[in-house]
Amino acid sequence: MSSIDTGGGDSVHKKGPGVKKAKKLSTRVDMTPMVDLGFLLITFFIFTTTMTTPTTLDLNMPKDIKDPKDQTEAKESGVLSIMLGKADQVYYYEGKLVVDATGNNFKSTTFKGIRDVIIKKKKEVMSRHVHDETCAKTQERAKAKGDPDWEKACDDRDFIVIIKPAADATYKNTVDILDEMTINQVRTYAMVKILPDEVALIKKTEETAGIK
Amino acid sequence: MPSVKLPRKSTDTDMTPFVDVAFLILSFFMLATKFKPPEPVEITTPGSVNSQKLPENNAVMIIVDSSNRVFFSVLSEKDKSKFDAIIQDVNSSQSLGLSNAEMANYRQTFAVGVPFGNLKQLLGLDTKSQEVLKVPGIPVLDSANNQLFWWVAAAKKAFAGEKLNYLIKGDAKSKYPTFEAVISALKRNDEFKYNLVTALDDVPNNSELDLYNRKNLK
Repeated sequence: MSSIDTGGGDSVHKKGPGVKKAKKLSTRVDMTPMVDLGFLLITFFIFTTTMTTPTTLDLNMPKDIKDPKDQTEAKESGVLSIMLGKADQVYYYEGKLVVDATGNNFKSTTFKGIRDVIIKKKKEVMSRHVHDETCAKTQERAKAKGDPDWEKACDDRDFIVIIKPAADATYKNTVDILDEMTINQVRTYAMVKILPDEVALIKKTEETAGIK
Repeated sequence: MPSVKLPRKSTDTDMTPFVDVAFLILSFFMLATKFKPPEPVEITTPGSVNSQKLPENNAVMIIVDSSNRVFFSVLSEKDKSKFDAIIQDVNSSQSLGLSNAEMANYRQTFAVGVPFGNLKQLLGLDTKSQEVLKVPGIPVLDSANNQLFWWVAAAKKAFAGEKLNYLIKGDAKSKYPTFEAVISALKRNDEFKYNLVTALDDVPNNSELDLYNRKNLK
């Protein structure tokens, strides 16, 4: 630390008898307390500051439709239903839920595995895509809007993800799956209420797998 | 032979640049610091890859904490009269019989986490006592008595003609049914666009979004 310089005493020479030279006082100040305080304040501000600014995830929900006739119909082959269960488990099936004695298309995975499922399904649906007039219109609209990916604007129009969180799913699971939609650029997805059949299946799977 | 005398070197170093840097850092932190607004509960928000910034004014913030309690708060720094409009609307629609002093206290109340029945008690306390008061949260799960609906309706009326954002700040551990009930309270008010408050996460490498960003955000 900066030292206190009391020097100057050595350089005092007596020029002669009776001549007293005033003692030179050093102009150096001890900086130690100031530095101490400075660092104390730095530590305080580092701890109190909030560097992570919160961000937001937009969520748009549809209006509740009373009449089933008004509901949008989806192509069965392009639908992927994802259910969120307890302990961060994810369940999914493609198309319609099939349950019979030999087995069913109801599968379970985790949040790590669901991305590959989504990617695989998306590729599969896109490979079946046939270009038609409505598609051309969609592309034109996207182009007019300035979408740089307008050529791809309608390749995945049949791909729909339905998200159904169960009562045991946490808010984090819900946000994570919505995030997964953004990460994999799923254009059409909906969050709907889970069906009793699915709840029963999840429960059964949880019991066999011993998930608590 | 005369012994070799090594010249004594001073151990003192010049601290000036060090002190300069320290104070530079200090002034940076002082200017960059934004103190956290008081919050009734500690919330750990989940992460998301979305990097959109949070609107901090003209917003209704609905907080769901880790034990599924729901809080309602209004963010309106510029126009404090919105608070009065909201509490007056709630007071009359629920016939709570709040006194003027209690209604004025709503301006200082950061978030309400009590059923209508306990509102008089909450607003009768000063800010310090409100913080320590154990609150049960606004009842939402019973769809016949979703009280959040009334709060949102009052806020919607108070902010009529202006843009109002709906922020939902949920704790990562809170359960989905509460979130669903909050959504349904907003839906019943014909509000379908929400902002979920999240912390920023990195975009996974080579995912479709990553490729899209790399291609288009150059």
